[in-house]
Amino acid sequence: MANTQVNPTRMELTRLKKKLATAMRGHKLLKDKRDELMRQFLELVRQNKALREKVEEGIHAANKNFLLARAATDAQVLDVALMAPKQEVFLEASERNVMSVEIPVFEYKTRTADLNDIYSYGFAFTSADLDGAVLSLSEVLPDMLKLAETEKSCQLMAAEIEKTRRRVNALEHVMIPDLQTNIKYITMKLDENERSTQIRLMKVKDMMLEQAHHYSERAAQ
Amino acid sequence: MYKIAVLGDRDSIYGFAALGLDTYPVYDPAEAVRTLRRLAEGNYAVIYITEALAAEIDEELDRYRSQQLPAIILIPGVSGNTGRGIADVKRSVEQAVGSDIIFGNDN
Repeated sequence: MANTQVNPTRMELTRLKKKLATAMRGHKLLKDKRDELMRQFLELVRQNKALREKVEEGIHAANKNFLLARAATDAQVLDVALMAPKQEVFLEASERNVMSVEIPVFEYKTRTADLNDIYSYGFAFTSADLDGAVLSLSEVLPDMLKLAETEKSCQLMAAEIEKTRRRVNALEHVMIPDLQTNIKYITMKLDENERSTQIRLMKVKDMMLEQAHHYSERAAQ
Repeated sequence: MYKIAVLGDRDSIYGFAALGLDTYPVYDPAEAVRTLRRLAEGNYAVIYITEALAAEIDEELDRYRSQQLPAIILIPGVSGNTGRGIADVKRSVEQAVGSDIIFGNDN
């Protein structure tokens, strides 16, 4: 039962009925939104998981190679080799609207198109392991960017789903039942008022007839 | 035009420099927080951070979770995979669905 005070008037009743209709429609829409978001989210999160596993594996492999490279090359030589990178990666970030969630879309561009520009050093003084390491890392990079996109989308969508779910629940379990009880209360009260008015009228009519015709006196005679 | 940053201990991240990502070697958490804030306000859309470092500045990362940019993504460092990255994805699932339905069996 709603603990708020409601005025049992016809005007209030119409107002509440309108509110209930809106709440019902909102509930249905939000529920649809939640379901669709959830569907897309699950798809995305599966992708996210697969990508993450792939990227983690890739980085792990690259790290192994780097370890070998470091073992075979002098630390200073290695530092110098990687000090001035030739390649540079730029990101173009746009956004895509999925069920009113703005999720980022990344597109990456490299400064030079030449694939070999990842080697920012002469090959003479470093071990071949370093080349392999850098190459293996560069192979993971596209997946890493894809992962960034997917994972961020997942995070944003998860937040939106949570919000939507709360709203749906609030409507379903609080707002709509409250409105329904209030409407019921007003209808009952109005009906009761109507009955009471009717009885009062009947009673008054009886009394007036009694006054005019003196039925009870006649019956006594 | 956005750029990409990599944050973590030097050994884990120096390779990314060759690919053209900006590397920021940091060691202690306070420094990491400062750098992260600077990067997030700067021109970086994606910030990769090693799991080991991320574990120490968890609250700071939470601030960026609901923002559209930058995307802060955990990567395993040279010391190995701690499983935090996957745990993060799992957290998203739990937040959205209410319980974990994707990773149920393998964790």
